[in-house]
Parts: sequence; C-alpha cells; structure tokens
Amino acid sequence: MTVTDDRPAAEIGKDRRRKEDRRLITGSSRYTDNIVLPGMLHLAMVRSPFAHAKITAIDTSEAKQASNVVAVYTAADLDESAGVLINAWPITPDQKAPVHAPLPADRVSFAGEIVAVVVARSAAAARDAAEMVDVDYDELPAALDLKDAVADKVLAHPDLGTNKSALWIFDSKEAGTGGDVEEAISAARSDGVVIEREFRQNRLIPAFMEPRSVVVDPTGEQLTMWSATQVPHIVRFALAATTGVPESKIRVIAPDVGGGFGGKLQVTPEEWLAWWIARQLHKPVKFTETRSESMMAAHHGRDQWQKLTLAATKEGKVTGLKVELTADLGSYVAIVGGGVPVLGAFMYNAIYKIPAYHFACQTVLTNKTWTDAYRGAGRPEATFAIERLMSDLADELGMDPFELREKNWIKHEEFPFTTVAGLEYDSGNYEAATASAKEFFGYDELRAEQARRRDSRDPVQLGIGISTFTEMCGLAPSRVLGSLDYGAGGWEHASVRMLATGKVEVVTGTSAHGQGHETAFSQIIADRLGVPFEDVEVLHGDTQVSVKGLDTYGSRSLVVGGEALVRAADKVVEKAKPVAAHLLEASVDDIEFSAGRFGVKGTDAGLSIQEVAGAVFSAHNLPDGMEPSIDAEATFDPINFNYPHGTHLCAVEVDTETGQIKMRKYTCVDDVGNIINPLIVEGQVHGGLAQGIAQALFEDAVFDERGTLVSGSFVDYLVPSAADLISFDAHHASTPATTNTLGTKGVGEAGTIASTPAVVNAVLDAVRQFGVKDIVMPCSPARVYAAIAAGRAVDTGSASEGADQ
Amino acid sequence: MTKIELTVDGSKVSDDVEPRMLLVQFLREKLGKTGTLIGCDTSNCGACTVHLDGHAVKSCNMLAVQADGSEVTTIEGLADTYDGGELHPMQAAFHECHALQCGFCTPGMIMRSVDLLGENPDPSEQEIREGLEGNLCRCTGYHNIVRAVQTAAAAGKGAQA
Repeated sequence: MTVTDDRPAAEIGKDRRRKEDRRLITGSSRYTDNIVLPGMLHLAMVRSPFAHAKITAIDTSEAKQASNVVAVYTAADLDESAGVLINAWPITPDQKAPVHAPLPADRVSFAGEIVAVVVARSAAAARDAAEMVDVDYDELPAALDLKDAVADKVLAHPDLGTNKSALWIFDSKEAGTGGDVEEAISAARSDGVVIEREFRQNRLIPAFMEPRSVVVDPTGEQLTMWSATQVPHIVRFALAATTGVPESKIRVIAPDVGGGFGGKLQVTPEEWLAWWIARQLHKPVKFTETRSESMMAAHHGRDQWQKLTLAATKEGKVTGLKVELTADLGSYVAIVGGGVPVLGAFMYNAIYKIPAYHFACQTVLTNKTWTDAYRGAGRPEATFAIERLMSDLADELGMDPFELREKNWIKHEEFPFTTVAGLEYDSGNYEAATASAKEFFGYDELRAEQARRRDSRDPVQLGIGISTFTEMCGLAPSRVLGSLDYGAGGWEHASVRMLATGKVEVVTGTSAHGQGHETAFSQIIADRLGVPFEDVEVLHGDTQVSVKGLDTYGSRSLVVGGEALVRAADKVVEKAKPVAAHLLEASVDDIEFSAGRFGVKGTDAGLSIQEVAGAVFSAHNLPDGMEPSIDAEATFDPINFNYPHGTHLCAVEVDTETGQIKMRKYTCVDDVGNIINPLIVEGQVHGGLAQGIAQALFEDAVFDERGTLVSGSFVDYLVPSAADLISFDAHHASTPATTNTLGTKGVGEAGTIASTPAVVNAVLDAVRQFGVKDIVMPCSPARVYAAIAAGRAVDTGSASEGADQ
Repeated sequence: MTKIELTVDGSKVSDDVEPRMLLVQFLREKLGKTGTLIGCDTSNCGACTVHLDGHAVKSCNMLAVQADGSEVTTIEGLADTYDGGELHPMQAAFHECHALQCGFCTPGMIMRSVDLLGENPDPSEQEIREGLEGNLCRCTGYHNIVRAVQTAAAAGKGAQA
C-alpha cells in the first residue's frame, strides 16, 4: 500500500462494536412478548402433570364461563387445519415416530404436554381460567430410564409396539473408508490396549433467556406470525405444509430473539395452536410461556449413553474405534431430533487418523420432554467421548496425553485429509494451536505445581484437562443432507440492494438471535463494495423481507450465509461495470473495481459505486437494453462442511476433603480461520465455553420416578452465574478454510463442543491418583467426593460392594 | 383494584391495579415499558431488574402496590438516549466491551451493575462476579460483562479525579 492509496482501512478483521447494541442496551428492543395488537387475545396452556396417562375426560365448562374468557379448546375441537409438528429428518426409512398433534387426542406422553388451551382477554384471565379446566387422567406406566426404555420394558407409545425409533449405522469397512473395527479390537486384545468405557451424556436444557413467545395476526391478506424462533423460514414452510394455508399467504417474523442455542430451532405445539386459534377467532393472539413451561416443554438436549471401545497398539497408535450409542428422543421425534446423534457420527474420530471405525446409534422414545439440537448437537457428545478416551488411553499407557494425541492426529501438511468417517477436512494445524495453547496456559508450570501438590499430599489437588477438538459445521452441503435423508437442503441466500442514496441494504436468509450478523455482515459488505460500514443495513428474520433462507443453526450463518453475501456483492460489482464503462466512455474490459471505485485502467477517471447506483436509479443514461438495476442475489450451497478446531486446556483445583471444584485457569486457542470481527468471535467462544463447562459441572435435567421434571426452574436447574465462572484466556490461531471465499470457519458451537471434555479431563486428572476412572456429569461436589471415597476404599482394600461404580 | 401513584423514569403516573399485579407487569403492560423483560418466574434471572428509590430490585419480585409512592427507574430512564442521546456510562461500557449478545438479560444486568458500583465504586473481579450473581446471562459467559463493569468503574474513578 502506498501513501497515496486512499483505500479505507479494511473492515474485515476489525473489532467493530456492534450495531445491534444500542437498541438492546437502551430498552428499545422488540422481543415477541413486547408486541401488542388491537383486540389481541391471550392464550394459557393446560398441561399434563403426568408423564404418561390416558385422558378420560376434560371438563371445560367452568373455564368457559369465567369472566373475560373467549374460548377453551381441547383436542376434540381441532381439525385438520391445526396441522401437525413435523420431523424433518427420518434417519432411517423404517424410523418409528408417533404422530405429533398440537394437542394429543386421548393420551399424554410427557409431563408438560398441552391438553387444553384457554383464550381470554388478558394473560392473567387466561391463566386463572386454565386452573378451572378439569382433566381426568388414568395414569399409565411411563418409559423413563433410557436403558429400560431401549429394552421395551414399558412402552412410551403402546401402539408403536416398541420404543426403538431408528437404528443408524456407519461402518468404515462397509463404506470403504477404513478397516474392520472388530479385527482391530481383537488384535488389540491379544497384543495391544483396549479401552472400554460407558459415558453418560447428561440431559441439558437450552435455557435461552427469552422464554418462547408467539403472536399471530390473522387480519389482512397475509397471516402473520411473530415468533421467538431461530428458524422463521422453516416455520413458514412447515405451517404451509401442514395447516393448509398457502405458503404465499404466510409471513413469519423473528423479531429480536433472546437466544436460542438450538432450543429455538423447532416447530412447536404452542406456535401451531396460536396459528390455528387466531384463524378460528379472527383475532390476534399471543402466547408467552413461563420459565417453568419453557423448561418442561421446550426441547432438551444431549441425553445419551455412549458405549465406547478404543483399540490401540502398546505404543499408543490408535487402531480402531467402536461407538454404540443410545439416544433419548423424549416422547416425540422433534424436527431434527433423530438426526442429532447422526451429526456426531462423523466426529468421533475427531482430529485423529483412526484406521477402523464403527458407529451405531439406537434412538429411543421415552415419556420425557422431547430432545433436539442444543449448541453443538451431537458433536459435543462425540468430542467428549474421544477426548476422554484419548486421555484415558494416555493414562493407561503412562504416556503424556499430548504425545499420545500428536502420535495420532492429522499433521498440518496432510491436509486436505479424508477421514475414516468419509469427510474431507480442508485445513487445520493442530500442532500450532496446541503449542500456542500450552504456552498461554503455562502448561509446564501448572504440571510442576500439580506434582508439588501430589508430593505434599495437599488436600487440594490440581488437575489439568486437555481437549484437542475439531467439529463439522456450516450446515450443510445439500447433497450430503440428501444422502442422509434430511428433508431440506443446506444452502443459504443473500441479496444486496444498492439504494439511490448510496446506502446499501443487505438481506440475509440467516436469522440472528444474538450472534451479531448486522455488524459482521456490514463489515463484509463494506469491504467487498468499498462502502462505509455505517451505510450498510442488514435485514433478516422476516419472510416478507428475507424471502428465501434456511435460518441460523449449526454455525452456518457466516460460512454459508456470509459466502452467499460475498457472491451477491460480487454480482453487484459485475452488473455495475458496464454502467460505469458506459458513463466513463470506456471499454468494460478497462474497468477496474477497487475500494468502492470503478476506474479506467491507466487513467484518473472513475466513478464511485454510489455514483453508479445513483445513475442506475435515475436510469437516464444506461447502456442500450440494460435492466435499470445493479441489485443482485445469490444462493450458495456449500460443497463441504467446515472444520474449526482448537486446543482447550483447563486447570481445576479439587478439594479432596469436600469434592469442591474450583476452576483455576481456562485457556483455549481456537482456529476458526479468518476472522471478520474478533470481538464477536471472542464473545461466541466465551459463551460457548460457559455452556460446555456447565454441562461438565452444573446442569442436569432430572426427572423423578414418575416422570416429573424436578429441575424445572432456575432454582433447581443450575445455569451458571457470574460467580460460578472465571475469566477465560481465549486466543486464536488461523488456517483459512479453503471452501469459502473469506476463509472463515464457524465459531458458534466450538466453545461448547471443546470445553466439556477439557473440564472433566481436568477433574479426573486431579483424582485419578485415588483410583477414580469416571465421574458422571455434572461433576457435582457430592459426586466428586463419593468417587474419591470409593476409589480410596478400593485402594485400601476395604471396598464395599459396588464402591468402584 | 388499588390506586397507586409513583414516579417512573421521571414521569408521575397513577393507575388502578389489581393487588396481585407484579411491578414488572405494571411496567410492561400498563406503562409499555417493554425495555424491562421477564425471563423467569422464580426471581432467579434478574432480567426484570429496575431501580426502586435508587436501588436495584427485581420487579417480578414485588407487587405494583408495593411501589406506591416510590421512584422507579427502568433501563429506558437510565439516560436520555432517544434520538442518539448520550448513553449512561454503564450502557456505554456494555457496548464498548461487547458485554451483550442476544440482549435479553442486558437491561437487568445493566441496572444491577449500576447499583453494584453505587454500593462499591471500586470492586474486585470477585466482588463484581458475586454482585451479579442474581442476574443470569446465557450468551456471554459473563467474561465481557465483568470487563464492562470494570470499565465503567474505571471511568467513574476517572470522572471523580
């Protein structure tokens, strides 16, 4: 760059403060529950207290007569136009899935299921009247424990004849991507090492801060739904597909949405009921759930048993991995519920060169809250399994856990690398991220401190946990989704509109709910078109504005949606070139575009993109036959997934006398390729870490023996507070992705995927010396204490039966 | 119905309310102060935090009638920010430090943070973390919220010097 270059400083890579912030920090937000419409009615749900019961009678007469009540509906009132809740990913052709009606006809299958809806002039009146609805139930035995459920001891849906929904298998020998895992295991049994483990993936609640809310306005020509959703386009499609309203008559708006984390990637009975009732009554309606309702009835995440067999040579070379999963779907197969474990199937081999791999997952119906995507969706479970196994293998062999990992991981010069699961990783540098993480962490010093504490038998022991993760994100290549029987594609859409005043409107099909798209996408367009950051307006989340899109989940917005944006912007430039040439009286071939200016090669003549936009608006002097528009759109379908990776290191102090865990340090070096906005990336990492740490230490959705969610409020479900966490030491490394123009990788889920095993490995590293091999998550002080006590008892030979469990 | 009179964001208001109406419901439903948000029903999350006579309270945890005669400040009255007016230093610090993502906890978090610095103008990181324990955030992992409060505290010291 010379001193005469008047190029504006590059926007990409700048830590721009967010455009979104002002409305949110001044209380000018527009969340769904803030919306009030003339004549609006309010809904209250009557929910089942039983996990599984026959509905024998519902008496709504008292509620109907209550003051200000407009209507009360039960399943008997619903007709076909109420639609059904769809499962968009039947993972096998013979998958068993119960029909999911917005209200069940005569049998509830989880505690919290809606059995009646009260409509009243105020939310308070609706709730009062909901108490007056008298429902008679005959309680049925409930399928609750996952292992009992897979054995069909009690049926969650008796008419299906089994709880087993689908069995999904990948085998590297069959797929031609690797060897026979059974051979690898038997070879290791005779002359090598076999690590066999069974891990529990605790059930989690997404716990977005904004409870779900929906408003439906049936007045006018188009029916409008506002919803606290991540997926307005998918909601629109599903409403059209199941309720008989033409798609063109449906407008879905996701206004400000208060977090999602996968939890708002759903089509819900609450939305469908509001939709149907508004159409019955020809009045706008609103439903906003309470937190307790949210925890009971919005989908949960994780909840798997993982049976794992890792085969290796005595020198620490991994030779095979066998994964047998049992995954709890809850009582219905949610929109992508069955597919969540399948998203993990390709990730158990992680960053390692594993020659033989077998994965089998049995999805299972139970009488609990449905499960679906929660930040990471399948990949945190896979990463937890393999990173735990690698640390356990290192321990078994007496090897340094890094040395073992490095012996098996893909070297940076080996990319692109096709894995045993059949994916092609485009880029990465595990050596660089790891070296950097160890340095920031002070790895050697902490190891020395750990040794000192061990030697002095300090009651407070130090543990160091490692997670060298990768993940697949940027959902997703449509062809791959098709081959996995997913019901939609994975492309994304964007359009760029050059306004007459020189401002730029950008429309994205992704739907932000806290990610900062308005800021990051403005930076991309500012650079691409050479316009001021402030002049770019990013529009999203309204199907009447964002006419095409597949929304936000799976860390896809930047790597898929951002690429669509780049391509649309590049089309704008190409469309503008002939106009600039015409106005500058030059040949198109001599027009160069740089930093927002169309110049003529070898001359000083030029026009800004804003000037060209103005000329196109007036259209007084355009080339013959040219359409008076330089607006452009692009739809991008990725050819591959996207593979961020990183090295996460966690140090914890474990008080061996109380089981209390204190986090000392958390360092991570994430390789998310090129970074658009480092501030936003860091924020995503921090939040991701908090959620992954929370799975390891705090959160657990617990049902009692009758199927009641006992951790059904923030009193009992331990979303960490500021006092439960520490400041994070987060850094970046960068090997650009080769599958998108900007070289970016997804970051939304990385922190969550990586951190859970880092934390649990740290806890175990502190207490392995007492004979502890596993602690079930969340690693509460009680569990840690019990594990230490049990381990010590075994060590001293005084173990009572079952003490090593 | 009970008649109440109070000052909200500098304006005198009076209304007849049901005795069971929560302060947060009064603010949102009667006054349209939708900047104050409801995130739970057990007073754990703090999204509804406002100032009552200068101190942070969870407006879901008191009745509107209990606020009779009081002065309430919500996020909308913290600073005169309409038409690009200057932000309160805590709002500015949240913006500067990227201390919010989805923004749902933010009004309550800011109101609590302002009160926290009122009680302790120079808190340690641990004091900030413990001081914010009653306000949940699901997006940020609190890292940048803590930075924001530290930034506002430093700015406050600078202003006094």
